[in-house]
Amino acid sequence: MPSLLDRWQQLKRDRRVVWAAYIALALLLVALPFVTDWAFGRTWVRIAAFVLLYVMLALGLNIVVGYAGLLDLGYVAFFAVGAYFYALLASPHFDVHLPFWLLLPLGAAFACVFGVLLGAPTLRLRGDYLAIVTLGFGEIIRIFLVNLNAPVNITNGPQGINLIDPVRLGDFSLAQTHSLLGASFPAVYNYYYLFLVLTLAVVFVSLRLEDSRIGRAWVAIREDEVAAAATGINTRNVKLLAFAMGASFGGVSGGLFSGFQGFVSPESFTIIESVMILCMVVLGGMGHIPGVILGTVLLVVLPEALRHLGPWQQALFGRVLADPADLRLLVFGLALILVMMLRPSGLWPSSTRRREFAAKGEEARHGKQSVYDAAR
Amino acid sequence: MPPADPSVLLEAGAISKRFGGLTALAEVSLTVKRGEIFGLIGPNGAGKTTLFNALTGLYRPDGGEFVFDGVRLTGMKPHRVVECGIARTFQNIRLFAEMSALENVMVGRHVRTRAGVFGAVVRDAATRAEEAAIASRAYALLDYVGIARRAAELARELPYGDQRRLEIARALATDPQLLALDEPAAGMNATETAELKRLLERIRGDGVTLLLIEHDVKLVMGLCDRVAVLDYGRKIAEGLPFEVQRDPAVIEAYLGGALA
Ligand SMILES: Nc1ncnc2c1ncn2[C@@H]1O[C@H](COP(=O)(O)OP(=O)(O)OP(=O)(O)O)[C@@H](O)[C@H]1O
Ligand SMILES: [Mg+2]
Repeated sequence: MPSLLDRWQQLKRDRRVVWAAYIALALLLVALPFVTDWAFGRTWVRIAAFVLLYVMLALGLNIVVGYAGLLDLGYVAFFAVGAYFYALLASPHFDVHLPFWLLLPLGAAFACVFGVLLGAPTLRLRGDYLAIVTLGFGEIIRIFLVNLNAPVNITNGPQGINLIDPVRLGDFSLAQTHSLLGASFPAVYNYYYLFLVLTLAVVFVSLRLEDSRIGRAWVAIREDEVAAAATGINTRNVKLLAFAMGASFGGVSGGLFSGFQGFVSPESFTIIESVMILCMVVLGGMGHIPGVILGTVLLVVLPEALRHLGPWQQALFGRVLADPADLRLLVFGLALILVMMLRPSGLWPSSTRRREFAAKGEEARHGKQSVYDAAR
Repeated sequence: MPPADPSVLLEAGAISKRFGGLTALAEVSLTVKRGEIFGLIGPNGAGKTTLFNALTGLYRPDGGEFVFDGVRLTGMKPHRVVECGIARTFQNIRLFAEMSALENVMVGRHVRTRAGVFGAVVRDAATRAEEAAIASRAYALLDYVGIARRAAELARELPYGDQRRLEIARALATDPQLLALDEPAAGMNATETAELKRLLERIRGDGVTLLLIEHDVKLVMGLCDRVAVLDYGRKIAEGLPFEVQRDPAVIEAYLGGALA
């Protein structure tokens, strides 16, 4: 009798099942704002949008840490660069109002440049040393943002930048409520859908990069930098490319954050932010895209859900026993520690990848020319 | 400089390397001819691996220079040396542990292929063709070294002997003219060593010159066309295997003549 696991494997191979799963997932993602709004309220639609923003960030960091194995503790700097780029060029601060379609790619490119600038001096460093230096770089960017208000006011210092233009595609402003087919789409919904599209794009790019010549070079460097160099990989360029790609995802995410919030200040870009993004990558399973997404969802949703610890206590015991704010952090920390103790390689590490590769190897042996055919 | 001899593939000219007060290499000169199997032997700590590291750009020699196929290698980054046509394996196997055997060899094709980020994301026809060629070449190389059935296994899960073979396949994937092997038979039993010998002969037969560091005397004597002996960073003998074997300086170096 086939075991449950075998049955599951068989199901996964059945193309109709796979398609059905994808369609169900797509419907779920499209319906999500309506469902959450109805079930939990508008705040949770906003949280869903933030989950998507963080997925983009985490997938960017996943390239640097997960694929290339470069422990970057200052990743939030690129989020900051993207956010301020957007904020400065689409707000009354300089009275410049560039259109969104131009700002987004420019912001990504600008963050990319920062990725290379901050990556270049760290090329010779590994492990802990790299972590310390990148941590410093992350802080330097934040401190610049705080202090670049005198003698010339560029960043408006600790007050941050206000009244940032909402995202607008042509005449379609995401900040207004629109209606379509009798359903009304408030601003958060619009942003959710925009983020969803861009997140899917980021996932797509990540997947493609992972399974490519560049992706293999990243992993080779992570596994053994000396062997990678001696196998013909230009480690300098390949590492810089990882920093640049990771930074560009951060830049995109930062720009969206600015447009969504309408306000940015240096406070949003502290070390804790970097650490949280790193946790998202590590918790789910470094280098494994579904794992990273799972980790991100949990780490954004869990702290929000834990806000209800007060009401739950009220309901359970009739009174509030412990301060919910304290308890929230405690439970959150405990959950992280437990996961890392019980599943050190993450909640959803890439164990299936090998089997997929086995299939590819077979195809290659049997003379089927494209390795992509097997993946489809 | 004397006129270039076309039969010479690699010329090491007075290579020196010091680590603090320790002279690991003292003006070592070697000439490796095209198509030969050149053995490099010597007691532990003689400087053999150091010479490999200097050759492949991992260390910068303090003096002397390598000329490979008419090109001076001095100061080149490791990946440029590979581009010039030198591939190597490591004494203490260095594979990409969490990658499959096939992927390990595919990485070896990196230096001979070109797809960048754009190609990876868009997957245009050229990239698809290149990627397919990488996979099938890598598979063919696994087959060549005799571990095709292990293609999908993680490198770290392979048995020791297969890891050694995988490292050779990965090195061959870079299309080298010279393959430098650092103790490929270390830790192998007699059967495995005999198989390895056949593999190395086959590689040479396919036009790759071999530079071989080895402690297994039988293997060196049976396989190498010429042998050089290092001791305390100095070359103390060079010549045909049987000549070197009888050289008093060599016997002395090996403490009472383990070679004799
Ligand atoms: N990176 C390094 N730093 C300091 N000393 C080194 C370094 N690499 C090698 N050495 C020293 O240089 C000398 C030569 O070492 P090498 O590894 O080249 O010897 P070997 O001939 O390969 O020996 P074995 O047969 O044991 O592999 C040794 O004394 C070694 O300790
Ligand atoms: Mg050695």
